Parts: sequence; structure tokens; C-alpha cells
Amino acid sequence: MAEPTDMDALTPYARSLGIRLERREDDGTPVMRVEFDETVEGRPGHYHGGATGGLLETAGYALLRAELERRDRSAVLKPINITVQYLAAGKSQATYAKARITKLGRRSANITVEAWQDDPSRPIATAVMNVLMAEPQG
Amino acid sequence: MTGEARKFDPAEATKFFTARGHSGWLGLTYSDHGDDWVELELPWRGDLLGEEGQRVLASGPILSLMDMASGMAIWRTMDEFSAIATLDLRVDYVRPAREGASVFGRSQCYRLTRSAAFVRGLAHDGDAGDPVAHIQAVFMKIAPQGPAVPNG
Repeated sequence: MAEPTDMDALTPYARSLGIRLERREDDGTPVMRVEFDETVEGRPGHYHGGATGGLLETAGYALLRAELERRDRSAVLKPINITVQYLAAGKSQATYAKARITKLGRRSANITVEAWQDDPSRPIATAVMNVLMAEPQG
Repeated sequence: MTGEARKFDPAEATKFFTARGHSGWLGLTYSDHGDDWVELELPWRGDLLGEEGQRVLASGPILSLMDMASGMAIWRTMDEFSAIATLDLRVDYVRPAREGASVFGRSQCYRLTRSAAFVRGLAHDGDAGDPVAHIQAVFMKIAPQGPAVPNG
């Protein structure tokens, strides 16, 4: 995968929050990472639910963008909705997130995302999101 | 019921919760409240945009805004601060927020049980009649350390 596009996978919001690309899996799926610091802290020593949600969303968009690029499709991505399940408190350490495209349609994509800390098989939060893929303007 | 009789003051509490951490980083401020609802304001910030090339606020900050407003609405309804954790949060993004506008997140706690709190709310950019997002969420009360209450 071309390195210069790695930062393009991140929105200005994601960069501000401190999210970065940790690695890509063999199939190209991006794994996102955020360090624990004050910008993500809610209850002292724990992640804010909004920050965890932001990481999940970012991983979802990053995968969808990579997949559209692989298929030579261009689209403007717009959020339709997201449902986040919080499974365990996010502790004061790095958190990772990785997405899977459940359904890639012509106009919308259904994406599931998981976030974890120590063990990928024990997620701290999961999300399902629907994203609209609009025609690029002009 | 008058707001003055209550112990939990959302305006004062917001100052405390937004002094630091994620809410402080976002710059959330108190906007308004009622007996069972609280509205917070997320001021416009150019570094919280979503898709490149669109001057549209990312969806993440709206999620954070609504999570925080929901917590405040629950404490307002309980009339005390106690530890709670988000269990499930759904956000429907019905339209993009206007560029340069603050986004206001208003959440209402419509049902409290011994263990859970149910909220619903909306985000708008000036006109609550024309929302940018709708939300629904469930929070769990975090039991104080000690023996668990059966069927709590």
C-alpha cells in the first residue's frame, strides 16, 4: 500500500483527536490507533464514550475509502447513522479499531467495527454504521 | 416543579466536566436545561471537519456532544451525580450542520430504573425544529463498590 495515502485516510477531526494508522492487515484493512491522553479522557483514567465512538467511526471510514479506491470508485462519503455498543470501560492505554464491510452497495455501505485494547478478541466497543456514497460534485 | 429546588445544577456541572478531558478539548459549554433535559453547545471549530473537501463538521464530535448531554440529562433527572456508563448509543445524521455554526445537543432522560437510564435527543444548529441529528441511548448506573444488588 502506498504510504503517502495513509494520512489521507484520516479526516481533520481524526487527526485532531490523535488517531493514526497503526498498520494494514494482509488484506489491506486499516487498523487505527489512538493513544490515551487528555483529549480522549472522560471519567478520570478512562476513555470518553464519544472518543471511542470517534475512533470506531474513523476506522469504518478508513476501510470504506480504501475499498472504494481499490475498486476505482470515487464517492463523497456522508454519515447516515451509527450505533455504538459499549462493552467495557476503555482504560488508560492505547486503543485500536478495525472495520469490516458487511455490505457494499451502490449508494450505501453497511460497516461493522470493533475497538479493543489488549486483546482483539475482547472488544471494548463495537459499532454498526451506514454510510452514504454520494456522487462527487462537478 | 421549579428548577431552583434541585440540587444538580447543569450549568455549574458543565463547567466542572468541561474543564478538562475530551469535553474540554471539544470546548463544550452549557446552553439550557429543563427538569429532565440538558442542552450543551459545541462551538464551531475548523479542525473538527469530516471528509476532505467538504466544510462539514465530522460526525464524531456530535456523538461526543450527545453522549455528554445525555449524561447531564440523566444526572439532572436523578438530581445527583453518580457514575454511569454508556451502554448503547445510536445517532441518525439527518443532515449536515451548517459551516461556521455551533451545534447544540439536547438530550432528555425519559425513563430511569434502578440500573438503567434511557435517553433520547437531537442535535441542531440553531433551530431545534430542524435538527441535524437524532439520538437514542441507554446508560447503565455503575454500582458502588460492594456486593451486587440482585436484579439491580
